[in-house]
Amino acid sequence: MKPFTMLTSIVAPLPRDNVDTDAIIPSREMTSTSKTGLADGLFAPWRYINSAARTPNPNFVLNQPEYHGAQILASGANFGCGSSREHAVWALAEYGISCVIAESFAPIFYNNCIRNGIAPIALPRTVIGTLAGGAATVDLAAQTVNEHAFDIEAEAKMMLLEGLDAIDLTLKHRDATAAWQARDRAARPWIYLEKHP
Amino acid sequence: MGGGSALIAIDRIFLHERTGAAALNSMASANRAVVDPTRVFAVMDHIVDTRPGRGDKTMMPGGDTFITETRAACHAAGITLFDVNDPDQGITHVISPELGIVLPGCTLVAPDSHTCTQGAFGALAWGIGSSEAEHAMATGTLRVAKPKTMRVTFSGKLTARVTAKDMILHLLADYGAGGGKGYVVEFAGEAITALDMEARMTLCNMATELAAFSGIIAPDAATLDYLKGRRYVPDPLPDWGDLRSDDGALFDCEINIDASAIEPMVSWGTSPSHSISLLGTVPDNADVKALAYMGLTTGQRLADLAIDVAFIGSCTNSRISDLRRAATLVKSKKVAEGVLALVIPGSSSVKRAAEAEGLDKIFTDAGFEWRESGCSLCFFAGGESFPPGSRVISSTNRNFEGRQGPGIRTHIASPEVVAASAIAGKITVP
Ligand code: SF4
Repeated sequence: MKPFTMLTSIVAPLPRDNVDTDAIIPSREMTSTSKTGLADGLFAPWRYINSAARTPNPNFVLNQPEYHGAQILASGANFGCGSSREHAVWALAEYGISCVIAESFAPIFYNNCIRNGIAPIALPRTVIGTLAGGAATVDLAAQTVNEHAFDIEAEAKMMLLEGLDAIDLTLKHRDATAAWQARDRAARPWIYLEKHP
Repeated sequence: MGGGSALIAIDRIFLHERTGAAALNSMASANRAVVDPTRVFAVMDHIVDTRPGRGDKTMMPGGDTFITETRAACHAAGITLFDVNDPDQGITHVISPELGIVLPGCTLVAPDSHTCTQGAFGALAWGIGSSEAEHAMATGTLRVAKPKTMRVTFSGKLTARVTAKDMILHLLADYGAGGGKGYVVEFAGEAITALDMEARMTLCNMATELAAFSGIIAPDAATLDYLKGRRYVPDPLPDWGDLRSDDGALFDCEINIDASAIEPMVSWGTSPSHSISLLGTVPDNADVKALAYMGLTTGQRLADLAIDVAFIGSCTNSRISDLRRAATLVKSKKVAEGVLALVIPGSSSVKRAAEAEGLDKIFTDAGFEWRESGCSLCFFAGGESFPPGSRVISSTNRNFEGRQGPGIRTHIASPEVVAASAIAGKITVP
């Protein structure tokens, strides 16, 4: 995974609350079992006047010339709510969005961002209002967007900064988890199953 | 793990064809094996067709690829799969309890946000993304930052005709779509213990609509009664001890709700929190975009609003008790002229049970379609939808823009309200 350290970009404003994953990538745009080929479907319900014909909606922020190539998206509260589909994050990443600044995030979406190298940054609504539409520099190590400080959980920060794969990190604890499981098997035998008949 | 997160053992993992193949193929290409396939299950529910005589072909363009690839990947990984025409096939959160895969005190995850349904059994059950599903399968664990805790106490008794669906819509209307953000929400109180297991599942199902980490209810005699004898439940039942919050336990947040004041609810907008009493009117401060999408105005009454479709289905409200209650309201009556009405049972076993009781006949005699089990029209997969622009009264959990198809206007409510509305041709108090 590509590390996320520093990013400077124009901030595309999407000033709505509860942007759900059906809007980020509608189910009908997820037409294969792969993690790619999703960028065209990103925000399809808003981005196109006619999704099938891909007629761009000139009023949608990412279709406006000043926001071409924007890598930062700014939105409202509870961003990424709804379905757990990781395709929402894959679509954002493939399109070129590396950072979402929002007042708050839905928990599953937030974790999906971390697993895919997108920085989810929570800031107050008033701060987002001042950033939207301008250029911003995100410095993850310093935990700042321009002059505004933000909070991020230490492990999430480390995984983003180093581009670490969580599975490899966890597998380093394989001996400890195996030992735990041996004890657990004695304590909670009903958890462990034989092959389905 | 440092940074406030811990490595949690994951006891049960459930996959479905929407994302199962993607996760398993990605693991295979990274040369990672499923650490314990006996505790991973998969089912065809999200894309599978629900019309009679179904096979791998679905109305979603390319949908059969998801099915065949998930099947192949499950076989390769040695995962138990409830395939398209398996007698145990059904919606994940309906069949997992039916088979006793979820157990009190266990952890269960699935790449589906409504996994919180299964918290009704006193399990910590939550929805994850695909990468986390790979992590859980490859390591038997997940990295989890300890969630905050919230207790919602429903005191007093529900009045007649008020259901678990109304309880959760009431909570959503009061506290908003972010009202439980990141919390594990324990539902407690007299009105919760009085609910049967299926109603508890309906309630926990929509914890995710509060943006909660999950919902949970302390197991009691009703929980054990439900589980006893099911396929994956140990016999005799183990001593699960006293799985409940300690007396005097401190929660990060406490909410108290008077259950007796809850009325039958219906949603007016494009978030489940956009809900009101069936007897009420669209609020004055209603979201303008939502109103425009729904074709409504502030101050408008929802009761008596004409509908095009009535849909009973989904992991929220398609279990046998839901179908029984809905059936009593349509028995010997006819669906209103011009209204399309459908019932999609939550599992193949619910379907068989309903047919054994003659519920299918009650529905079809009234003019409902009676289908095979699956997620079906709960969400738009790119194939089947309702006629363009339809106004739908639906027993599902989400009324987002386009959720049931482009331009479809969804009003969520209990199966009773859906059944009564189907007969009346307009949104109706049962
Ligand atoms: S029935 Fe609907 S909400 Fe439930 S799992 Fe299926 S698609 Fe999701």
